[in-house]
Amino acid sequence: MKKSRGMILGSLLGIVALGLLAGRCAPSGPRAKRAGAVSDMAVAAQKVYVAPGDLDEYYMFASGGHSGQVYVYGLPSGRHISTIPVFAPYPATGYGFDDESRAMLGDLTWGDVHHPSLSETKGDYDGRWLFINDMNGRIARIDLRDFKVKQIIGPVPNVSGNHASAFVTPNTEYSVMASRFSIPIPKGTAVEVSKYATNYKGVVTGIKIDPQSGQMSIGWQIVMPPFDYDLGDAGKLVSDGFVFFTSYNTERATGKLEVTASQRDRDLIAAVDWRLAEKAFAEGKGKTIGGLRVLDPKEVPGLVYFMPCGKSPHGVDVSPDGKYVIGSGKLQGVTTAFNWEKVQTAMRNKDFQGDEDGIPILKYESIKDAEVPVGLGPLHTQFGPDGYAYTSLFVDSAIAKWRLGTWEVVDKVPMSYSIGHLSAAEGDTVSPDGKYLVGLNKLSHGRHLSVGPSQPESSQLVDITEEKMKLLLDFFTEPEPHYAQIIKADKIKPIEVYPKEENKHPLAIWDVKDAGVTRQGNKVTVKMVAVRSTFTPTDFEVREGDEVKIALTNIEQTTDELHGFGLLDYNINIVVDPGETKTVTFKAKRKGVFPYYCTNFCSALHQEMQGYLVVR
Amino acid sequence: MRAFFEKTNRFLDLPLDLSPRVLLLLAALLLIPALLLPLHDMTMFAPQYPDGLRLHIYAHKLDGGNRGQDIREINVLNHYIGMKDLVTEDFTEFQWIPFVLGILALLFLRAVVHGKTSHLVDVLVLYIYFGLFALWSFAYKMYAYGHNLDPKAAVRVDPFMPPLFGYKKLANFEVYSYPGTGSYALLGVAVVLALAVLLAGRGGRREAAA
Repeated sequence: MKKSRGMILGSLLGIVALGLLAGRCAPSGPRAKRAGAVSDMAVAAQKVYVAPGDLDEYYMFASGGHSGQVYVYGLPSGRHISTIPVFAPYPATGYGFDDESRAMLGDLTWGDVHHPSLSETKGDYDGRWLFINDMNGRIARIDLRDFKVKQIIGPVPNVSGNHASAFVTPNTEYSVMASRFSIPIPKGTAVEVSKYATNYKGVVTGIKIDPQSGQMSIGWQIVMPPFDYDLGDAGKLVSDGFVFFTSYNTERATGKLEVTASQRDRDLIAAVDWRLAEKAFAEGKGKTIGGLRVLDPKEVPGLVYFMPCGKSPHGVDVSPDGKYVIGSGKLQGVTTAFNWEKVQTAMRNKDFQGDEDGIPILKYESIKDAEVPVGLGPLHTQFGPDGYAYTSLFVDSAIAKWRLGTWEVVDKVPMSYSIGHLSAAEGDTVSPDGKYLVGLNKLSHGRHLSVGPSQPESSQLVDITEEKMKLLLDFFTEPEPHYAQIIKADKIKPIEVYPKEENKHPLAIWDVKDAGVTRQGNKVTVKMVAVRSTFTPTDFEVREGDEVKIALTNIEQTTDELHGFGLLDYNINIVVDPGETKTVTFKAKRKGVFPYYCTNFCSALHQEMQGYLVVR
Repeated sequence: MRAFFEKTNRFLDLPLDLSPRVLLLLAALLLIPALLLPLHDMTMFAPQYPDGLRLHIYAHKLDGGNRGQDIREINVLNHYIGMKDLVTEDFTEFQWIPFVLGILALLFLRAVVHGKTSHLVDVLVLYIYFGLFALWSFAYKMYAYGHNLDPKAAVRVDPFMPPLFGYKKLANFEVYSYPGTGSYALLGVAVVLALAVLLAGRGGRREAAA
C-alpha cells in the first residue's frame, strides 16, 4: 500500500515535470539573431564614425517614394543632410509656394518617386544632374550645382504609371520612362477592362536631354504590348545603344494580378534599340497618338526584342563592362545572367521562340549564360569593381554576393528586414567604387525607438571591401526609399550662394532704395529686399481684390544667410537663398492687416525682421 | 490454454484496489488540462519575423500568438504558395476530440466507482486507440495542407510535409514543431492508466497468493 502511494506521488511529480518541459522546446528567436549580427562592433564603429566637423566620403541620393521628395544622406555616417523637394510642396524651403516652383508642380501636389539617376559621361557619374521619376508620368531634373529642381517634364502623353524610370543612358543622351499600368491610349479613351489584352497599350519613352543645359524634351515614344513595365537600365560599353525594361503580367491578365499575373514561368525583358528609335523618329516614322508621334515596333524592325526571364522579373541591371544583363525573377530562387554577345548573335540570326504583337522573342536557351542560385526573391543587382555582383533578396531578407562569369555565390549577409533595392557606391556605373553598399529595407520591425504605427524604413550600410560582407550600421530613411544612388562626394561641386552677377531676374533689386510698390490697374508689384534684419519695405498697402506680386531678393552674399517670408493668414511662405530672387503672386482677398516675418532664422535680430501688409 | 483464460478472466473480474482507483480519478482530472491547453505548438521564425509566428492547436480550436494575429499572418503568407487557410471550421477534430475526451472522462469515473480490473483495461485500450487515431488524424491534416496546393498560386513550391516534431527549414522559415502542454497531460493520462494496470496486476497476484 505504501509503495503504491509512492507510485501515485511519483507519477504526479512526473506529470508536473512533463508539463514544465512542454513549451520549452521551440527557441525564443531565429538562428541568425541568436548568433548575433555584427561580429566586431569596435571595427564597425570606427568605419562609420565621422568626427564632428569632418565630412562624409559619399553622397547618397535616396528616393523618397510617395513623399515625392529626394533625401540626401552622407555616407558612411548615414546622416540625413538635406531634403530636396521635388514633386510635393515643402514649406521648409518654400518649395511649391513661390510662383516658379508652383508652376512646375502644376495641379499635382504629390508624386511617387522611385529611381534617382545621376547624370553620366562615358558611363560614369559626372555630378551634374540628378533625374528622378514620378509615377504620374513625369521626370524632374535636379541641378547638383545648387541641389534644386530646375525642370519637371510631363505628365508625358500616353505614359501611365511611370515606374521604369528615370534611368539614363551612358552619356545622358536620354532618361527613360515606361508604363507600369497599361491603358487604352490616347488618355481619355474609355474601354472596358475585359478588352485589356487587345485594346490596352503600354509605352516606353526616351526623354532627350540637352548635353549643355540639361533641358529635357520628349525624344521618342514606342507603343508596346499591355505588360507592366517595371524597371530599366541602359546598356553600357559593348551594350551601349540599348535600354532594357523588365515586365510582368505578360499574361495580359486583369483582376487579381497577384495570381493572374503570376502564371507564366517566364516573363519578358524588352531590349530597346534607342539609337534606332532616335533615327526612326527623325525620319518621321510612327503615327500620332495623344498629340505625340508614337513608333510601332512592327513598322521598325529591330527596334524592340524580348528576352524571356524567370518569373515576374523585377530588376534588370547591366554589368560594369556591359557584357551581362542581369534579370531577377522575383518569384524565383535564381537570378538570370544574359550574355550580351549571345543576345546580339540571336538578334542577327533571328533565333526566335515566337513573338508578342510582332515583337520577336529571343530564344531563352540561346541568350542566357547562367541561372545563379542567389536565394529567394531576388530583386536588384549592383556591382563592385572586382567582378562581384550583389543581389538583394526580398524573401530571404539578405544580400547575396556572387561572381560574374563563374556564377558562384560566395557570401550572404542578412538584412533587417525584407530588403528592396540596394545601392553600391557608384555600383551601376562602368567603374564601381566598391567600398560600401546600402541595403534599402522595407521593414524596420523595432530596430529604432518606437514612433507608433507609421514607421520609417531601415537602411543598412555594408562594408564590401573584403571577401566577407560586414554589416556596419543601421540608419533610418524617410518613407520610402526605393532606389538610391551613391556618388563620391568630390564629384559634386555645389555653390553656396547665388553670385549677384548671375542673377538675371527682371524684378531683382540690390539696393533698398529701389524697393517699393508699383501699380498697374489692379496689379500691384512689390519689389522687396531682404537683408539682415529688415524687409524693405517694412510695410505696404494694397486694395482688396488686387493681384499682388511680391518679388523678394535676398541681397546677402554670405553662406547660410537665408531669409524666409511668411505671410500670415494668406498661406504663403517662401524662402530666398543668398543672391536669389523669388516671386509670389496672390489675390488680396481679405481686408485687414497681415504681418509678414522672416521664417528662416537669420541673425541676432531675426525676431525683429517683420512687417505689415495692409489690405484696404 | 484454458488455464490461461481462466486466470485472465479471474484477474479481469477482480475489483480494483484503492490506489488504481485514485489513479483513474487522476487520469480523469488530467483530461481537463488536455482540453484547455494547447495540444501542439508550431513556432516559425524568418528574418522578417525575428519575434516568430506562433500557431497553437487546441483540442477544440486553432489559435495564434500575438492575440490571434499570427494565424492571420501565417494564412497571408501561405496564400502566396496556394495553401488553404488554416481555419478552425476545417477541423472536424475540434468537434469529436472534446466529445471523445468527455466520454473517456465518464468511463474513467465509471471505473473509479464500480470498477473491476476489466473496466480499467477497457479504458486503457480505448485510450490508446483514441490517442493513436487523433495523432494520425492531425498528421494527415498537416499532410493535406502541405500537399493540396493551388496550382495557380503565385509562388509554386513542391508539396511538403510540415514537421510534426522538431525543426525543419521551409523556404525562408525556420519551423519548430513540438507537442503542447495539453499533449503532455494526455501522455500523463496514458502513464497513469498504465501504472493503474500495473498496480491492479500486483493486487491480483497478492489475491492469488492469499
